[in-house]
Amino acid sequence: MPLLTRTFIKTALVCLALALVLGILLASGVTNGLFPVYIHLLVFGWLTQLIFGVVFWMFPKYSNELPRGHESLGWIAYTALNIGLLLRAIAEPMQAMQPSNLYGGLLIASAILQWLAGVAFIANTWRRIKEK
Amino acid sequence: MPRLSVWFVRFSFVHLLIGLTFGGLILANKGFPFASWTWSLLPAHMESLLLGWMAQLAMGMAFWILPRFRYGAARGNVNFVWGALILLNVGIVMVAMQPLISMSWIVLTGRILETSSILLFILASWRRVKPMET
Repeated sequence: MPLLTRTFIKTALVCLALALVLGILLASGVTNGLFPVYIHLLVFGWLTQLIFGVVFWMFPKYSNELPRGHESLGWIAYTALNIGLLLRAIAEPMQAMQPSNLYGGLLIASAILQWLAGVAFIANTWRRIKEK
Repeated sequence: MPRLSVWFVRFSFVHLLIGLTFGGLILANKGFPFASWTWSLLPAHMESLLLGWMAQLAMGMAFWILPRFRYGAARGNVNFVWGALILLNVGIVMVAMQPLISMSWIVLTGRILETSSILLFILASWRRVKPMET
């Protein structure tokens, strides 16, 4: 299993654990306004990140020289996804409680980074979707 | 990867891009409200990512990887699975158009198409969930 896949999968597991802890906090009323963060930790941080890692590992070869395509695009996807998610986890509840230009700007950055993660993943994987 | 899986996976990637674009616009609008209409993208955002991206990718991978039959069609009734692919994508588009078109029947029809798609896929794949033949 390549390093990038291991990193994706381990980070996905951390996101799953964080989401479940957040779920406990939400259910016990300790914290409010974090439901969107909870959902995105599960759907993007856990499921989508796990898929990205496994696809990078198991999809048909890109070429003999570059069997998994351009790995740097994979690392860009990994970094953008996780920084984007982290910014969202910080800025989204803060923006809901006390709106400011700082948190607004962080949300814009988060939106761009999460979008960029998907684009980098698709760019690196598209040509690996092929018939045998 | 069989041709049908190629199409499932390609469509799922397109839905990933659409879903992330819509989600990015909604999130950016939370940062600096610039267009209230971005909220109308929420059904399309959820439909694209949950069904279009994740469920569709899983269907494509399952069609590729589940154990094959030794006799007859190796991957079962392929027509059913082509039908599932088409119904799923038409259904998602119809449900996602909900805020843009004020026709109540469009969501109901989209949901029926999505459900039919999954039922067709289950019908075609059920017997492939089996031990490997030796």
